[in-house]
Amino acid sequence: MRFTEEDVRRVARLSRLALEPKEIEGFQQDLSQILDLAQKLQAIDTTNVEPLAHPGSSSVFLRADLVTETDQREAFQAVAPEVDRGLYLVPRVVE
Amino acid sequence: MNLSELLNQGVTALSAALGSREVSAVEIATAYLDRIEQAQPELNAFITVDREHTLRDATLADSMRAASPGQSLAGIPIAQKDVFCAKGWRTTAGSHMLENFIAPYDSAVVQQLNKQGFVTLGRANMDEFAMGSSNENSYFGPVKNPWDLSRVPGGSSGGSAAAVAAGLAPAATGTDTGGSIRQPAAWCGISGIKPTYGRVSRFGMIAYASSLDQAGIFARSAQDLAILMDVISGHDPRDATSVDRKDAPCAKELDKDIRGLRVGIPKQWFGEGLSAGVKIVVESAIQELVMMGCECVEIDLPMSEQAIPAYYVIAPAEASSNLSRFDGVRFGHRAAQYKDLAELYERSRGEGFGPEVKRRILMGSYVLSHGYYDAYYLQAQRVRRLIANDFERAFMLCDVIAGPVAPTTAFPLGSFGADPVQMYLADLYTIPVNLAGLPALSIPAGFDAGMPVGLQLIGPWWQEARLLQTAHAFQIATDWHTKRPALYSGLKP
Repeated sequence: MRFTEEDVRRVARLSRLALEPKEIEGFQQDLSQILDLAQKLQAIDTTNVEPLAHPGSSSVFLRADLVTETDQREAFQAVAPEVDRGLYLVPRVVE
Repeated sequence: MNLSELLNQGVTALSAALGSREVSAVEIATAYLDRIEQAQPELNAFITVDREHTLRDATLADSMRAASPGQSLAGIPIAQKDVFCAKGWRTTAGSHMLENFIAPYDSAVVQQLNKQGFVTLGRANMDEFAMGSSNENSYFGPVKNPWDLSRVPGGSSGGSAAAVAAGLAPAATGTDTGGSIRQPAAWCGISGIKPTYGRVSRFGMIAYASSLDQAGIFARSAQDLAILMDVISGHDPRDATSVDRKDAPCAKELDKDIRGLRVGIPKQWFGEGLSAGVKIVVESAIQELVMMGCECVEIDLPMSEQAIPAYYVIAPAEASSNLSRFDGVRFGHRAAQYKDLAELYERSRGEGFGPEVKRRILMGSYVLSHGYYDAYYLQAQRVRRLIANDFERAFMLCDVIAGPVAPTTAFPLGSFGADPVQMYLADLYTIPVNLAGLPALSIPAGFDAGMPVGLQLIGPWWQEARLLQTAHAFQIATDWHTKRPALYSGLKP
């Protein structure tokens, strides 16, 4: 399959990625190539094969649902681009 | 032993010298920092060096030793791949996105090392978000190969490998999602191990593809790898994929006899695609194992050629999800100009990520999107099961698998500039191992036209000790692991 300009724009939108117009053509070509690579998988017979999501599937560990962390809001917000009185600031979303 | 020789020796020798009070942690750290300063303009192996921070750690290590002489590793320096969060250290993952990110907490790996008194020498350069096989995708510039400055060190843990190879650190941490420890270890002529998936906690390790990512170690010998593996291994409730097991320490089992060990040789891995020079070196390394008393058996890994296609569906899918956390709100780069929230996200990410990261996010979003999920993502996971089944069958016939790490030696910088997807194809011997979650290591096995070649050893799940025994026995019988690049033999001290 060949990625069109619109295909790239669509996945860029899904990915919340702003692309420069000059980037799009390169990605059309690269993504088409990666997809060609991925197409090889279609030839494999996987009837009745269970998908393997990760190698430790059989042994996922769940910890007790207890509070173990202390409040470190200030430390964590020290690396945020913009905060005010403990809140993360973003452009207005509700008019 | 003078200081210069000591710095070239590795963890075991440094531990002995520190134990006998021949030298202090501060002296060792200072000497390595001086070397890093000399080599940095050429090699670019580090993203961040903070002399004061390192010397503070070293002073602390000296007092740890004075207080309890049983702390046999306190004061050993280590380079940290810039993907492990370390409190107070800038942690960039090789990305503009995290250029100013000072980690507010320690990753599990850093925590374990700190507890033993290891001293962080600096933050090693890497491909952006660990995506790449050459370290050319770092926002902070490529790393050079210490054996030939016109060549890449491999990736994504290129800075870690180059630092150890050049004698700027006795050991380094790394991560391996598709070969990112084994391939740079091979190309820089050092030893590197990628443990079983679930052996080392991923807590605080900046995620690329979570079902494949695993932390590991670079060092000058299998013996040193074993010591460090024992420090970083273990169950951590903060990582749901961390497995609770009570394995014997690797270092204790190191001298076990390997005679009679059955070494599996994958018949698919020595044909077309493997360069003649690498093939000769790997075959003579296997011959060496036979002379040491191992027995060779041919094994069949028919699905391993599907590993690259499966990987380039699964890894981008997981990356597109993992990297959605970089939104310009809570941490990382935020664009200067935006008119609404959507634009804030899109521009911050568009500016913050480099081309390879964007490529993989886009691919991942595509294969996960409506209408393609079953055809690509689920199919790739089914093929992944078949690849793992191949290994399971193979390990009924053999105890370890031996083969090449990469089809060639390190390539010249810029070789794949116009064709990034071509570079993916070179990971054909390392990626199957990540898909199956197996432990594997690379050890120096010789040279092809002056460039180092690695031997890959792959073990059954949780058999790191057996892999390290084999590697250690090989390093007793050979001296490839002691070879150092001529360019960096003159570093002072």
